[in-house]
Amino acid sequence: MSTTDDSGAPLLEVEGLVTRYPISRGLFDRIRRQPQLTVHAVEGVSFTVEAGEMVALVGESGCGKTTTAQTVIRMVDNDAGSIRFRGTEIGGLGARELRPLRREIQIIYQDPYESLDPRFTVRDTIEEPIRVHDLAGSKDAREAKVREAMVRAGLTPPDLFIDRYPHELSGGQRQRVAIAAALVLEPKLLIADEPVSMLDVSVRAGILALLDGLRHDGMGVLMITHDLSTAAHFADRIAVMYLGRIVEEGRAKQVVRNPQHPYTKALISVVPRRDPHERTVPQILKGETPNPVRVPPGCRFHPRCPVAEDRCQEIDPELRDLADPGHRAACLLL
Amino acid sequence: MSSETVIEVEDLHVWFDLPGGGELHAVQGVSFALHKGERMGLVGESGCGKTTTILAMMGLLPATASVSGKVILRGEDILASGDESVSPHRWKDISMVFQGAMNAFNPVKTIGDQIAEPMELHGVARGKEAKARVGELLELVGIAAERADRYPHEFSGGMRQRAAIAMALACSPSVLLADEPTTALDVMVQAQILELLVGLSQTLGKELGLTVILVTHDLPVVAQVCGQAAVMYAGEIVERGAMSTIFHDPRHPYTRMLFAATPDLLGDDEVLSIPGAPPRLDREIAGCPFRPRCDSAFATCATVHPRRLETAPGHEARCHLNDSIVTKAAS
Repeated sequence: MSTTDDSGAPLLEVEGLVTRYPISRGLFDRIRRQPQLTVHAVEGVSFTVEAGEMVALVGESGCGKTTTAQTVIRMVDNDAGSIRFRGTEIGGLGARELRPLRREIQIIYQDPYESLDPRFTVRDTIEEPIRVHDLAGSKDAREAKVREAMVRAGLTPPDLFIDRYPHELSGGQRQRVAIAAALVLEPKLLIADEPVSMLDVSVRAGILALLDGLRHDGMGVLMITHDLSTAAHFADRIAVMYLGRIVEEGRAKQVVRNPQHPYTKALISVVPRRDPHERTVPQILKGETPNPVRVPPGCRFHPRCPVAEDRCQEIDPELRDLADPGHRAACLLL
Repeated sequence: MSSETVIEVEDLHVWFDLPGGGELHAVQGVSFALHKGERMGLVGESGCGKTTTILAMMGLLPATASVSGKVILRGEDILASGDESVSPHRWKDISMVFQGAMNAFNPVKTIGDQIAEPMELHGVARGKEAKARVGELLELVGIAAERADRYPHEFSGGMRQRAAIAMALACSPSVLLADEPTTALDVMVQAQILELLVGLSQTLGKELGLTVILVTHDLPVVAQVCGQAAVMYAGEIVERGAMSTIFHDPRHPYTRMLFAATPDLLGDDEVLSIPGAPPRLDREIAGCPFRPRCDSAFATCATVHPRRLETAPGHEARCHLNDSIVTKAAS
């Protein structure tokens, strides 16, 4: 069932990914033959996630980070490019062929208040994926798997939580239940979409440490976040997205300490720091990210770029290797 | 520097009646004072009483709440006789940007009409005069005056938040309470809004200095824009003082642990969660409310509720660790 590892193929390899959403037109627009508009959510994104590695996709709302994640788990179909999981192309697979893969790639969401069924106990929630995938036959075997997943997710002792309903749990505990329900299938890749942004500061570190531990146990983690400080602390690598593209990518420390792309530089400069003495001079960009329906020609960042030149309006830069190994950026001026 | 005290909160308490009987003591003796043009961050975890505190200052709590204590605005206690004493000051002297205000605009009325509404209601301006004032306010928050005729859906999130701030400023208040004004915004737009709030505290038209209270769970935001900070826990301010002292020399373990739980962009220190959860506020708490989660608690903490102690001029904390220091200084 599970694909054997090809010689050194990365756990997840995304190449030239394109995902667009058509904007629905009303009858009136159709009669008037208004052109069909498209949201260019993801426009040529390439990255890899290795086993035992945490990669953070960061960027502002509308940059395409969540669509990228949804395309990787095949909730949304891609229009071009490839998604290879352990060496196997999964981009064109149908529902039946995808089924075994759904076990190996799991996702947890931002809001643990919405992602759990209020009428399910913790046991029901964690047991459901086992039933759906027909994994453990006997009741005892299922119970053992549920408890093991709870321990891995830090819901200990399991007896204390297993019969509770979501409303009897705190936000952090709910997120742990969601993680346990993902872990029970023993996935190879976990996608975490803003896993802590709804939680109180005091419990965030615990959830992030849990993800960090899973990574050390060999799982690949793709974290979607708008929080650069969290990404800098927990991820191995950071990919910064802007309007459907990765504009800079590298080791987490490289990207936050030595940003190269003008967008990353501006973004880093406005992240508030804990120490009031380290008040940065924020390089505040004017306006907001343009609408991904009308992507600017040339470099998509040029209308807001503080250092843009004439050629930036015409040439669309590719992500290129920089002098520092493993560090890439898409800017003509580098 | 003017050192005129604009607003002073003295021993503020708020209780909510619970549907099943009993009371929830949401705010427990909050006191602070702010000068003209000062910016204070009110921080803490959800449920610690931040929002209840500022709603009480506006006299906007529901009927199930009982309030005691004083809110002194330029020498007058505006809570002295309930709504009668607050309402003349609400919006005119003390104003508020509600959490999620940017999403609370009426979709079928123009932004300009909605900003003009409080002016007309309070008899500040009407008709042409109100319209001119709307234009000025929009310019003040960084929106072109002619966009007053636009509808909310034509504005981006950041612009709607600016418009919400303009609305709060409609009747020229001297104190602005902003509840999580940047929480749903992207970091670049957040920076724009924070820059605006700082600007407003420095100049307001020709006059100087709006006093701003920024309610947020985000310590780094306070560190970047506020000179003062008050950390709340279980309905109390557990530490208050200059932001730089709060960060560099915290006098309450909760403050220190809150910073340790917050990842810093360039920091290398391990990010540590705070074990446990805040206590329930519907029952009497013996000793220090933070004791079960505290890493430095000792015997006294279990039995004696810590008093507010001044640890340095202008800096106070509620923690028994400071008892010996302060006693020494006094003897």
